[in-house]
Amino acid sequence: MTFDDILAIPPYSLNEVEKDKLLTERLLDLTHHHLGSCTEYKRMLDATGFMIGDVQSYKDLLFLPVRLFKELELKSVPQEDVVKTMTSSGTTGQAVSKIYLDKTTSSNQQKTMVKIVSDFTGSSRMPMIIIDCPSVVKNRAMFSARGAGILGFSIFGAKKIYALDDNMKLDVAALREFLEKFKGQRIMLFGFTFMIWQHFYKELLRLKEEGITFDLSNGILIHGGGWKKLISEAVSHDEFHKRMQEACGLHDIHEYYGMVEQTGCIYMECECGHLHASNFSDVIIRRPLDFSEAAIGEDGIIQVVSTIPESYPGHSLLTEDEGTVLGIDDCPCGRKGKYFKINGRLKNAEIRGCSDTYAAKF
Amino acid sequence: MSNLEKYNKAFMETFEIGEDQLNGLKYQDIEAWDSVGHMGLISALEDAFDIMMDTDDIIDLNSYEKGKELLSKKEYGGKF
Repeated sequence: MTFDDILAIPPYSLNEVEKDKLLTERLLDLTHHHLGSCTEYKRMLDATGFMIGDVQSYKDLLFLPVRLFKELELKSVPQEDVVKTMTSSGTTGQAVSKIYLDKTTSSNQQKTMVKIVSDFTGSSRMPMIIIDCPSVVKNRAMFSARGAGILGFSIFGAKKIYALDDNMKLDVAALREFLEKFKGQRIMLFGFTFMIWQHFYKELLRLKEEGITFDLSNGILIHGGGWKKLISEAVSHDEFHKRMQEACGLHDIHEYYGMVEQTGCIYMECECGHLHASNFSDVIIRRPLDFSEAAIGEDGIIQVVSTIPESYPGHSLLTEDEGTVLGIDDCPCGRKGKYFKINGRLKNAEIRGCSDTYAAKF
Repeated sequence: MSNLEKYNKAFMETFEIGEDQLNGLKYQDIEAWDSVGHMGLISALEDAFDIMMDTDDIIDLNSYEKGKELLSKKEYGGKF
């Protein structure tokens, strides 16, 4: 099974049995590949007594703790094949993960993301408003998770503007001009949850009091990066939706869950408010006491698997997030696969997420 | 300006390179043609030819030669 075979299948079309077979085959291939190409990975697996021959399902594969990428430089390709290094978002002074990408892995990330997001937005590109500042993508050799998110979604934008300047102030004139120019068209908005709230929503609210309003009822907003700060301001998911609609008419809103260690395989929120795993990846909820798989509806620690990573051994990782699987193959939206929710970060875990690390300054 | 001239100009101005570097140029061959540079190139081509490219074509455009082939497609109307 090659990655191109997986790309050819519609992203939410496989049922539990079909998907288990596909993931097991591909993730076993990746495990063999990393065992042969990454010495540190092989040593770790050997030390645990892991026997690849015993693997019946992808759920039996070992997972690496996600923070290991902060402590070790793990790669499965020679340094000269690395075309891009991505880093996780962290607050000042916090160590960041380093993820090494070669051409193949980097290009498969982008292809995967296009397949997943197109399932929600349609395949045509639209005018796009990025609710962030342009300087985020300036340093090109070292990519932050925030820059990678913006760049990954940029492919959907036909014409783009950054709504914020480098001081994170809303550029009201530019926004008005852009909306005037593309009046009546569907517009994509992308940003990180806290930045949207702090620098976009609050500013729209202030402008509204001055009698300046914007109509974004034609917009589709995609956002991610963490809720921590908003929860502390008592802004829930539903409240966020309600307030955005009140402020500018925006009602087509999709959150996504994803991490730089598995870029490309994002989990998009459907029309029913559920995060969905596509064919390209999966979440497995683990019980904290013995790491056995939790039942549907039971809280636990989130393990993520991805079919993409070839240049670094990150195809099976234990995150520091808590979540719950809500169901498999039977979401009312019609998409197959698991759907789930995120409950937050593990207690005492470091702050991460593009939205949360930024919000830590406020 | 001919289509080839417009096409070459988009590459040369986006990546700040000379005409002699175009033949055989591939994505990630030079520092300027990374993922950020790629989106810059797409904008330049879309402006020059007044078209909107599909996401699949944006991903497929991985060399100077491949781009000519893609832009020659009927919907983009480029001829080289």
